[in-house]
Amino acid sequence: MKDKDYLKDILEIKSIMNKSSRFISLSGLSGILAGIYALAGAIAANYIISNYQIADSPVSVIPISYLEYILISIALLVLALSVISAFILSSKKAKKSGEKLWDATSKRLLINFSIPLFTGGAFSIILYQFGLIGLIAPTTLIFYGLACVNASKYTLGDIRYLGVLNILIGLISTQFIGYGLYFWGFGFGVLHIIYGIVLYNKYDKK
Amino acid sequence: MKDILKHINKVFDHRVRLGIMSALMVNETVDFNTLKEILGVTDGNLASHIKGLEKVNYIKVEKQFIGKKPNTTYSVTKLGKLEFQKHINALEKLINNN
Repeated sequence: MKDKDYLKDILEIKSIMNKSSRFISLSGLSGILAGIYALAGAIAANYIISNYQIADSPVSVIPISYLEYILISIALLVLALSVISAFILSSKKAKKSGEKLWDATSKRLLINFSIPLFTGGAFSIILYQFGLIGLIAPTTLIFYGLACVNASKYTLGDIRYLGVLNILIGLISTQFIGYGLYFWGFGFGVLHIIYGIVLYNKYDKK
Repeated sequence: MKDILKHINKVFDHRVRLGIMSALMVNETVDFNTLKEILGVTDGNLASHIKGLEKVNYIKVEKQFIGKKPNTTYSVTKLGKLEFQKHINALEKLINNN
């Protein structure tokens, strides 16, 4: 064997180790889109809340439970749109590079991402049950961050930083109850857009 | 130089065997079809290289049933891990030396 072959061997080993253990077709563009949806959702929610407060002096325009339904619907819509975009764009990226979207690596990624995420979701519902509304935004940020950190072992590693930052923002926001929406917009909106741009420049551009 | 070459393992001197070991090093177990997909080789080709690695006790084969379907999974043995690590170290040294 010549030197060139040794180098080729090492590169081959590295590539197969990555390919067999990490899901690499995660699309950067879908991160940017998820951030935009989250920002739009936060702005819409903010608009609805502030209008609600102005109008509540003589007769409330909408009852409080109605407001809560609207806000929850916005959050679910943001989540659904983000998941759909991630699915479509990642499957496109996978097709382009000849990978499969649904294989052992994506399955593992999804499972390990979902465990902290669904725990956080359930915990948020419990907070709501006990009327601790102010802690819901920090909780979603913290658990989403934990989900990202956990997922980082199974996909491109950059998601780890997104996770750590979301955890930090979540913890900080517990000290500023009432401004949850702003932290939420920053964590899910701005950070996702930055993360998406980094991912896009690093892996998708070529 | 000769010392390093001593650690270059002839067993790994083939793209498919190198690939099988690489995949098994970073996964607890991998099944036959996944290996086939990752490496892009035919059934027969993969099976023969797996046999080669099994013979020198570098990998372990486990057969089980998922429902009615037979499912064969592979994992790396302690010896295989050690030998592969030595091989990679030797490769790296050779590249750095030149």
